[in-house]
Amino acid sequence: MMLRIKRVPTVVSNYQKDEGEDAARRGGGCGRNCLQKCCIPGAKLPLYTFKRVEEIPGDKCVLEHDDNQAPVAFLDSLLLGQWEDRMQRGLFRYDVTACETKVIPGRCGFMAQLNEGRHLKKRPTEFRVDKVLQPFDGNKFNFTKVGQEEVLFQFDASEDGEVQFFPDAPVDADSSPSVVAINVSPIEYGHVLLIPRILECLPQRIDRESFLLALYMAIEAGNPYFRLGYNSLGAFATINHLHFQAYYLAVPFPIEKAPTRKVTTLGDGVKISELFDYPVRGLVFEGGNTLQDLSNAVSDACIFLQDNNIPHNVLIADCGKRIFLLPQCYAEKQALGEVSSELLDTQVNPAVWEISGHMVLKRKKDYEEASEENAWRLLAEVSLSEERFEEVKALIFEACSYTLSEKEDEHLTQGAGDDKPPPLEGTGSINKGRNCNMVSGTQECLVLQ
Amino acid sequence: MEPPQLGLIEQSFNSRYSNWAREALDELPDNFTITDPCISGHPIVFASRGFLKMSGYSRDQVIGRNGRMFQGPNTCRRSVMEIREAIREERGVEISLLNYRKDGTPFWMLFRMTPVFGKDEGRVIHFVAVQVPILRRRQRRRNGEGLCDEILSNSCRREVCSSSSVELAGVSAADSDCRALEIEEKCEASDTEKQLAATAISNVLSVLTHYSESTGRLVCEKRFGPSLVSSSLHISLGRIKQSFVLVDPHLPDIPIVYASDAFLRMAGYARNEVLGQNYRFLTGVDTDHSALHQIKQSIQAQQACSVRILHYRKDKSSFWNLLHISPVRNATGKIAYFVGVQIEEGSVDRHGLSPEMRQLSVVGSIKVAVRSSSMSSSSKSS
Ligand SMILES: Cc1cc2nc3c(=O)[nH]c(=O)nc-3n(C[C@H](O)[C@H](O)[C@H](O)COP(=O)(O)O)c2cc1C
Repeated sequence: MMLRIKRVPTVVSNYQKDEGEDAARRGGGCGRNCLQKCCIPGAKLPLYTFKRVEEIPGDKCVLEHDDNQAPVAFLDSLLLGQWEDRMQRGLFRYDVTACETKVIPGRCGFMAQLNEGRHLKKRPTEFRVDKVLQPFDGNKFNFTKVGQEEVLFQFDASEDGEVQFFPDAPVDADSSPSVVAINVSPIEYGHVLLIPRILECLPQRIDRESFLLALYMAIEAGNPYFRLGYNSLGAFATINHLHFQAYYLAVPFPIEKAPTRKVTTLGDGVKISELFDYPVRGLVFEGGNTLQDLSNAVSDACIFLQDNNIPHNVLIADCGKRIFLLPQCYAEKQALGEVSSELLDTQVNPAVWEISGHMVLKRKKDYEEASEENAWRLLAEVSLSEERFEEVKALIFEACSYTLSEKEDEHLTQGAGDDKPPPLEGTGSINKGRNCNMVSGTQECLVLQ
Repeated sequence: MEPPQLGLIEQSFNSRYSNWAREALDELPDNFTITDPCISGHPIVFASRGFLKMSGYSRDQVIGRNGRMFQGPNTCRRSVMEIREAIREERGVEISLLNYRKDGTPFWMLFRMTPVFGKDEGRVIHFVAVQVPILRRRQRRRNGEGLCDEILSNSCRREVCSSSSVELAGVSAADSDCRALEIEEKCEASDTEKQLAATAISNVLSVLTHYSESTGRLVCEKRFGPSLVSSSLHISLGRIKQSFVLVDPHLPDIPIVYASDAFLRMAGYARNEVLGQNYRFLTGVDTDHSALHQIKQSIQAQQACSVRILHYRKDKSSFWNLLHISPVRNATGKIAYFVGVQIEEGSVDRHGLSPEMRQLSVVGSIKVAVRSSSMSSSSKSS
């Protein structure tokens, strides 16, 4: 059986037509200044290069930057300035600052926005929700098709270890730059997409390097109200081309306020806690001896989840100091007809922002009647059950500590998997996937064999 | 810390309470700091003797810095967020927090913070925080008896008191390694410590109120009257270093309701000389009227515009100002202000951003600040 849901896809680019139209256009010449072979030669875009660091900059660093206007705040200004420029050039489908928004009264502080324009025009499309990893399909919309005017800048590690900015840098097709582009249907001010190594056309799938890039973006922006999010396929990503999202909202997200309970500390100092008293069960990653440790722990957990076909969402918060990981099963329930029509009627797609407590509502009625209770009820449907979460959690820990030891022994052989404790009982398909993961021990497993 | 900021910091304290207040505060035995949210970076403007002793820093190393300098790798980020939000919402907060001394050693303290309002201005003038060290009660007995009680009633306990035996075992097993335990676990303050914190705050506040009477610029614990912009907005705006003003199009003659430090520096005026004025006070004999007209029109049409206009400083010297004006909406989606961002012609940006891009980035920051700060039901909405 194949699970599918119908939903209106979000229009993130002005070049994202309904699939049929898009296909029709592809045959003809381009002439729209995109990011494909036809238009890249001679293309120039601003380039921001960041400095690789070992540790997450401590608070003292941030302060010093604050005082003498060092580059930390600079990425922030670059992004905001470029975004406002696109706004004044009229590239967005609507002015998001004209959309009413509020904090819903209550203890959690869920936020609601009334956005009647975001989903107009597009007709519902079918999405396959039972496969977290799907191969890249060049015929579908992907970010190489966006117009260059929608790209704000290239974002990459600097060669010489210094933060630098080049207002007019050539786009080097061979080095496959990572870029930051606008989302023309913004959820909030500054809504952008970070597309790692855009020209490599990676499918929506976490790898260590790309995750680290996203983490660097959070750190470089240095603003606790600028967060990055990730949706896997099956967890409401609509475009199967690797991307993270981000926007500004200077209000704490309910998920950031949720109490946590420490569960374990990995060998490399990464602390993992569990959310409680929050409608969606999830893990929080913090600390680590180095930035890479933190980044790798989260990516390994995501890699485990995607290899085992468990849809999930990730939120990078607090300037990269706290990362939330939330496995979810809403789309699956929806496809199986297990979600109440009342919830479906709100047309809220619980992706990373919704799960973090920021709801975009399409109907005035839902906005006016928005209550903590309603939000909670929706999110509770998103969460894995307690038993299932416990299983997944145990396996994630195993995956994290497993890859940790893998680092020590580069030439891991198949036999290594056998040393692991026997699988938990009754975990069904997870275990099958897990064994696969354990045996091959790399991200390459399961994909494009 | 650069000297101009230090001047501001001294003024922040002295102009409000007089220099004498320092002596009175220094006689208090407590650990406390006072910060000024209106100075860029929200720095500490006063640190008590007790505080310096506890933290191991000298006064010079602390004044002008932000209180976050005492945080470190094991400081709970969620607690930091709670403080951040309390400041944003201008309310008090009490929370246990792990801080680090100058020598790098961590210690737990009960952090209690409260805003101090200006009686006439109705906005937050300062924040006062006391830091009461949390004393570790001597370690628990090895025999199980009384263990649970003690864990629950005071001293350190796990972040969550799930009564699972594993967790209790974890606590008792850690007896031998008290240091590790202290850092890892959330430390609850005792009632005595909470009482101490409350008393200390009220002692500091009574000194401050008393001395503010002597300068005639009264402060108090409760907010009186409305301010031109909400103080949480004031804080967010204070982080933006460039020159800009906000004007309120809903008030008669569209007065300036916020002016950034950089603006005041550029124009040579003091804040109180600028607030409440219409923007045209910067113009002079040689200013081109068509530029003024363009500004007026863009405000009427509720649209952004860029003009190059001749402006005059307080000392009558003139300069060419690249001015960008844009409407700014609040959380209801309505226009709440217009922002005017000024760049003196010829000034260069060390990052290589064009003047236009620099202006737009200020507009972006302001749009985020205004929208977000008006989202809570308690905030003003027009
Ligand atoms: C009056 C006052 C005193 C403060 N003192 C401390 C302190 O001693 N230790 C600390 O960790 N944070 C202290 N803070 C909190 C930080 O300054 C800062 O507000 C907090 O880290 C959250 O904001 P951030 O996200 O900008 O860091 C203090 C804040 C205020 C207003």
